[in-house]
Amino acid sequence: MKLKTLMLSVAVGALATSAAVAEDMTIVSWGGAYSASQDAAYHQPYMANNAGVNIINDESAAEAIAKLRAMKEAGNVTWDVVDAVAADALRACDEGLAIELDADTQLAPAPDGTPASEDFGDLLVSPCFIPQIVYSTTFGYRTDKVGATPPDDICDVFDLAAYPGKRALEKRPINNVEWALLCDGVAKEDVYKVLGTPEGVDQALAKLGTIKDSVVWWASGSETPQLLADGEVVIGSTYNGRLFALIEEQKQPVGMLWDAQVFDLDGWIIPTGLSPEREARALDYVKFATGTQQLADQAKYISYGPARASSAPLVGKHATLGIEMAPHMPTDPNNAKNTFLYNYEFWADNRDDIDAKFQAWLAK
Amino acid sequence: MTDIAASETGTTSEVLTTRDGVPLKRSLARALRREKMRALMLIAPLLLFILLAFVAPIADMLFRSVENNIVQNTLPNTVVALRDWNPNSGEIPGEPVFEALAGDLKIAVSQKTHTRLGSRLNYEQPGIASMFRKSGRKVKNLEEPPYREQFIEIHEGWGTVENWATIKQFSSKYTDGYFLSAIDRERTEQGIAEKPEKEQIYLFLFGRTFFLSVTITISCILLGYPIAFLLANLPLRSSNLLMIMVLLPFWTSLLVRTSAWKVLLQQQGVINDFLVWTGLVTDAGRLVMINNQTGTIIAMTHILLPFMILPLYSVMKTISPTYVRAAKSLGANDWTAFWKVYFPNTIPGIGAGSILCFILSIGFYITPELVGGTSGIFISNRIAYHISSSLNWGLGAALGVILLAIVMLFYWMYDKIVGIDNVKLG
Repeated sequence: MKLKTLMLSVAVGALATSAAVAEDMTIVSWGGAYSASQDAAYHQPYMANNAGVNIINDESAAEAIAKLRAMKEAGNVTWDVVDAVAADALRACDEGLAIELDADTQLAPAPDGTPASEDFGDLLVSPCFIPQIVYSTTFGYRTDKVGATPPDDICDVFDLAAYPGKRALEKRPINNVEWALLCDGVAKEDVYKVLGTPEGVDQALAKLGTIKDSVVWWASGSETPQLLADGEVVIGSTYNGRLFALIEEQKQPVGMLWDAQVFDLDGWIIPTGLSPEREARALDYVKFATGTQQLADQAKYISYGPARASSAPLVGKHATLGIEMAPHMPTDPNNAKNTFLYNYEFWADNRDDIDAKFQAWLAK
Repeated sequence: MTDIAASETGTTSEVLTTRDGVPLKRSLARALRREKMRALMLIAPLLLFILLAFVAPIADMLFRSVENNIVQNTLPNTVVALRDWNPNSGEIPGEPVFEALAGDLKIAVSQKTHTRLGSRLNYEQPGIASMFRKSGRKVKNLEEPPYREQFIEIHEGWGTVENWATIKQFSSKYTDGYFLSAIDRERTEQGIAEKPEKEQIYLFLFGRTFFLSVTITISCILLGYPIAFLLANLPLRSSNLLMIMVLLPFWTSLLVRTSAWKVLLQQQGVINDFLVWTGLVTDAGRLVMINNQTGTIIAMTHILLPFMILPLYSVMKTISPTYVRAAKSLGANDWTAFWKVYFPNTIPGIGAGSILCFILSIGFYITPELVGGTSGIFISNRIAYHISSSLNWGLGAALGVILLAIVMLFYWMYDKIVGIDNVKLG
């Protein structure tokens, strides 16, 4: 009798947990203010509409592709939707780690009926990638340490005489070598042509070499805001949303240098190897989360530009600060006077090669 | 001998048996076997766990450093057709190879494996990734043969000898390419040669990892020895307090301690602020103590110090104070008594602490990453980069194999020179 009850309760328990597991959806993202903005703009409304679904936030987007690959090899993919930058989405697609989608049939059209492929336009850089935001890597500087003329040109970063002090740059070649070439007299449209040659890489590293001793190299986007707040560096590069939080939310004496900001994209991918039900649910979520209104809603919480053309007019005020968000977007005409577009194909091909040279240069 | 003895004394049986008639030798062996089995059964869960969760994954990961099935599996016919082609001829392969390629690529595209092959070969020859990606999109539009010109039309990369040489070079099931990259070498037409100087990094990093690990171990000995001595010789009450002060940081998260060093050491940090306040350094001349080797050495010495102090302490605790007293009563001064009598007795503790500190520090990752800047990073930072960022797991595995071999080599050398029996943990 006792045994029977025990077995029964175990069976019921197992059923209950399997039912609960079936409703969990794991979404991988970057954590911090970014995940919070997604939670408010996408996850909460989605869970309100779909009572049975429980969204779990996983904050390991930084090494998502490596983990996805390991999961796929182990034959047990536990993630449903993954937030990835476009370059990583491209690689996941190459490696067969993400499913391919048809934007027009699987994503929502704009409210006026424009198909998704037109609404997203050029931002659909890979068939596996569903764009979410446009962000930029750009510079912030300490307003109290740059004298009467604050920097307004990307080449001021390389000008140690006018702006003495340390700089923060990312510990990888991407963006840094482009900026170096721009400030070494290479025309914007020739940057990748020059960079495709060994001499071009040498030229870029030589230009970076002029400030090498004054650079603190960062690996995570949160480091530059901290270094700026501590006064460790005078000027430093990071993602524009991080600088927005530093300036507007934490009220630090920091200004934005938008010149030659590098546009990049972040969005969703859906792993391959999900069961049909999980995949259908992931697709349903992504369709909802990349709708015109949802993308515009996310911009209430963080200063990244929505990836849809139809979302831009809907961007309003910050949810808690009450300031207009449009002037803080990287895509705002005032900020985007001189921008630089990241070349995905080029970096997919040359990243390892240039990175080896860059790291060898750094280490010595 | 026994036989002779047995026949001489005239006992009935030639072999000793137990009471039930089984030869004693066999019976003993059986009992011993049973005992061994029982012991094995007792440790079986742990053994199985270690094999499945530790040895097997590591072996699998290390095997990737030579494994290279992908080219053969994705382009089987092309690989066969390429056998007759000589890269040194300076000509790209002929039509039969392109015909095989067209067939292989169509199958690969339907299975979506062509881009994986592209990213694999891109580690060896930049540009191949996009060559395969583009060709995959257009391969269905190929018209009737000949294919050669059509492929070059799709992507000019098919017309270069280097790309074909790369495909041929990596077409075997196993490769030494990852290991060559891991020691800054590459295979050229003239055989194995050094990579261009601007791309050499790994041997340099191995050297630096070794040099910094030795420095950290030595500073651990210098700082840990006096503390261990105090711990072993102070009265119980104060030594207990001291012990807690040693163990408290040991129990604190490694990340917390590393971040704390950041706050202390940075240019606008606590130490620099204090030095400026006392006037020892000027505001413009604040010391750079972090994001370089100094930062790595300071933070890692602090983190590894307990691994030196604890073995030293447990060895010192067993040294009888009568030895030093005896030396002094025989006329030795303090220094001679310490150096000739006490210190030699502590060498097993120094040995144990050093080997612990050295082996732990040679594989350190997170602390150099956070405080090492560019001049204080270790080889493990590059391994981590290849595992989680560039996804070149083969190269990461090759570097890992070399690191493991170096650690084992040091262990062996240590055994030869000091003797592992002389190491004491207490």
